[in-house]
Amino acid sequence: MSDEILPSLARARQASAKGGNGPLWSLIFETLIRCTTTLVVLVLLFILGTIFYEGAGHISWEFLSQPPSEGMTEGGIFPAIFGTVFLVIFMILMALPIGVFSAVFMVEYAHEGFFKRVIRAAVNNLAGVPSIVFGLFGLGFFVLFVGRNLDYYALGVPRNAAEAQVIELRRTEVRTAAMKEADARALQEPAYTEFIAQKVEASAPIPRRVFGQGAMFWAAATLAILVLPVIIVSTEESLRAVPASVREAAYALGATKWQVISTVVLPMARPGILTGAILAIARGAGELAPILFIGVVYAAPNLPLTEPINFYFFQMPVVNPFLEFMHLNYHIYSLATQSTDTEKARPIQFATTLVLVVLTFVMNLTAIILRRKYGTRR
Amino acid sequence: MNPAAIRARLRHPTSFLSLARERTIEGALMLCGAISIVAISLIFIFLFKEGLQALGSIHLGDLYQAKTVAQKYDAATETTIDLPPQYTFTWQPVSEKPKFSFVPLILGSIGVAGISAILSTLAGLGIGIYLSEIASERMRSIIKPAMELLVGIPTIVVGFFMLAVVAQPTFELFQSLGMAKVYNDTYNMFIGALGVSVVIIPVTASLVDDALRAIPMELRAGSLSLGATRWQTTWRVVLPAAVSGVLAAVILGFGRALGETMIVLMCAGNAPNITVNPFDAVRTMTATIAVEMGAAAQGGTHAQVLFLLGALLVTLSFVLNLIVETIAARFRKRIRL
Amino acid sequence: MPPVAPLKSDRVRPGSDPTSELPPYVEVKNLSYYYGRKQALYDVTLGVPKNTVLALIGPSGCGKSTLVKVINRICELNPDTRHEGDVIVGGESIFSQKTDVIELRQRIGMVFQRPNPFPKSIYENVAYGLRLHGVRDRGTVDDVVEWALHHAALWEEVKDRLKTSALELSGGQQQRLCIARALAVQPDVLLMDEPCSALDPIATAKIEELIISLKAEYTILIVTHNMQQAARVSDNTALMWLGKLIEHNRTKEIFTNPREKQTEEYITGRSG
Repeated sequence: MSDEILPSLARARQASAKGGNGPLWSLIFETLIRCTTTLVVLVLLFILGTIFYEGAGHISWEFLSQPPSEGMTEGGIFPAIFGTVFLVIFMILMALPIGVFSAVFMVEYAHEGFFKRVIRAAVNNLAGVPSIVFGLFGLGFFVLFVGRNLDYYALGVPRNAAEAQVIELRRTEVRTAAMKEADARALQEPAYTEFIAQKVEASAPIPRRVFGQGAMFWAAATLAILVLPVIIVSTEESLRAVPASVREAAYALGATKWQVISTVVLPMARPGILTGAILAIARGAGELAPILFIGVVYAAPNLPLTEPINFYFFQMPVVNPFLEFMHLNYHIYSLATQSTDTEKARPIQFATTLVLVVLTFVMNLTAIILRRKYGTRR
Repeated sequence: MNPAAIRARLRHPTSFLSLARERTIEGALMLCGAISIVAISLIFIFLFKEGLQALGSIHLGDLYQAKTVAQKYDAATETTIDLPPQYTFTWQPVSEKPKFSFVPLILGSIGVAGISAILSTLAGLGIGIYLSEIASERMRSIIKPAMELLVGIPTIVVGFFMLAVVAQPTFELFQSLGMAKVYNDTYNMFIGALGVSVVIIPVTASLVDDALRAIPMELRAGSLSLGATRWQTTWRVVLPAAVSGVLAAVILGFGRALGETMIVLMCAGNAPNITVNPFDAVRTMTATIAVEMGAAAQGGTHAQVLFLLGALLVTLSFVLNLIVETIAARFRKRIRL
Repeated sequence: MPPVAPLKSDRVRPGSDPTSELPPYVEVKNLSYYYGRKQALYDVTLGVPKNTVLALIGPSGCGKSTLVKVINRICELNPDTRHEGDVIVGGESIFSQKTDVIELRQRIGMVFQRPNPFPKSIYENVAYGLRLHGVRDRGTVDDVVEWALHHAALWEEVKDRLKTSALELSGGQQQRLCIARALAVQPDVLLMDEPCSALDPIATAKIEELIISLKAEYTILIVTHNMQQAARVSDNTALMWLGKLIEHNRTKEIFTNPREKQTEEYITGRSG
């Protein structure tokens, strides 16, 4: 940089030689800077303030625990909260192990070289992909490609006209046979059609689509890819922060590489990894574009649950991630753009927004505090 | 406690099994590392694979200018003859004769991203300079988290806010100022850009701050000792030295603005116009995908063109990323005193 | 300390072991060591008899730390290392194909310049090595932990707070904890790389006492900057300079009657 200093200093000398430049310019400059900063902070406060002001009045326990009613103009947002929470849980379950172990590989095992650089480039690019493109990918790849193929190979759901044709043929066969049998039994009208329908459904049902449609699972997978870079980067940071001295101590006692990592390094990196996970959760909860077409609906008749399962002592339904679900962000979006009565829905819109904002803020604040407490400086 | 006994329990050569275990673990970790590569490659491959299928039904040139051929009935020969083809920049995928020109969408994206890049550069520079040159430690510890919180606001919230609180009053404001001719859409490029700026400003500010703090103190000290004021130093010495870092911040902000979806979806209008008037409604590439993907999920040319649009977006962000990386690398090299 | 046979010749060649009739337990034979292209050790030969303390002295960068780190092969954590010659511990070469590095490091304990306890409890620190190698039986672990802390002269000070964090101990206590941690896995050899350089004089004195008492059961190599320390604790001393072994003799001889000019210059402070 030494070749920078001389011209810069020359410019500085010129500047001071120009004289009258000093005090007035300084004042203008400094005022501009201070004004800009204040303005932006004010904008932040204005946004938060308005949302709080307009929405706080509408928050109540009922609001948070009841489903919406009256065409979304009344009632609560519980299903949306439910959907968001479980979506995020699935997302982090998928992203955290992969992200942490990727980071472990990058920091502890990978040799400097082509492979490592490619991974780093891949992570950087993943971080830069626009969120809607993730949605496109999630729809096209997870739902349409993986899901539909899974349905076909596991459940026999036809993927195209040709395969549907095969099923139709089989059904016609069964129908014809059933008709013969119904005639043989001399069934009369209502029983006749019923008998045939029963036979057809029993022997050649059209398999119902399970995986090849919008569902929480695919949405979670899409979001998991989106937040992967967040987890990888913060885990790498916290792994690097573990001092070499404790690693050496562990090696000197006869630990293998993986033992050093699992018994010393990872436990020490835990706070940093936790911070990364919280940031990822905050990011994932705030996104909407990637999941617009992967299972979120405005009004789901039920929560995405299975039938109650027998757990020895009690029965409880479990989340079924292959169903459609409601989502806080989508709720805000739909309320804002598709409401039948926008005026009436305004308070709900603001209240829902407030809930989302509070959730995200709490998570981000926690992450900031954690980071400050455990020292990893960004 | 019998040392010999303990020793006997400890002294075992590393078995073949545990060596194998170490190898397996390393392999598994390598696979995890490779997943990122797989993910990004899949994204590229998949988008292009689906998108390029569109070229089976339309020409590449159609993405630039949509060609419409109208027909008229010629009474003389009693046939319908084709009029000379008309070329327009129109995006109208759902119509009898679908038109797939990307141009209005690209221009819409650039318009919104451009305006917000300008706004966020100015504001980002201001805040960045404030943070690195003026702010006391206490102010820093307030403002910097404030920026992080700002960036953490879900974009849907910002979009909703612009839609519900800002758009209408602004419209009326301009109307009452007598600019009705110019400002005739409530949701337009300007409002969209404003919203996008809210989330881009913290990014730019943070990067500018980092870039300025990376300039060594010696440079500032040298300038000040020659009698320059603090501002002359900042303006004439520090900023020029940090130019690459600041440039990288600006381009990064622009790239992220290009990728923004929800805000523009909600308040930039929804009409794929080509216009230089920032107060007209526009449609960005991202909003187009978001709005039309549902309808086109069943396959068909429309869907494929949307995938092509997505492929274009991904390529754009890749290229911008590359540019930023190169500039940032050069910056890092330069500041090594 | 077994009696020393009279010297056979006046001139002592560096590298031979005039210090004892006993065969060396740790033997370094013509060892040259390379980090990448840089050579850190040049043809070093010396031997350390069982249950003696060898002090390695010399100016910064002379290779004494490297030598010690080669013996338990902890230097191999650096990329691109290479060796010529051999090191034999307890009759077996450490570089041979059938040598298990893990087992080698169990047999050889190491204490570092700055105390580096794990951010765990005192108990967990000492138990770490045992758990690493599969000793899980609570009773045994308890016994060994207590034994090790006794041996490291730390038991009295921490016996009531075994579950508290090791990081709350003072520097000297932490270093003794690290010694206890190393002792727990029952090594034969102890390598100490300037163990007192980060400690105050009182803590240093305690550790020096400890070393002298540990000598009865362990073969100890101690790297030190502090010549008075070398004189206090060690039986034999080796002076190194720029990767080469200059002189190796009984400590008393080195400090009262050095053979090499370089040795004399170093111990009188005229150089280094």
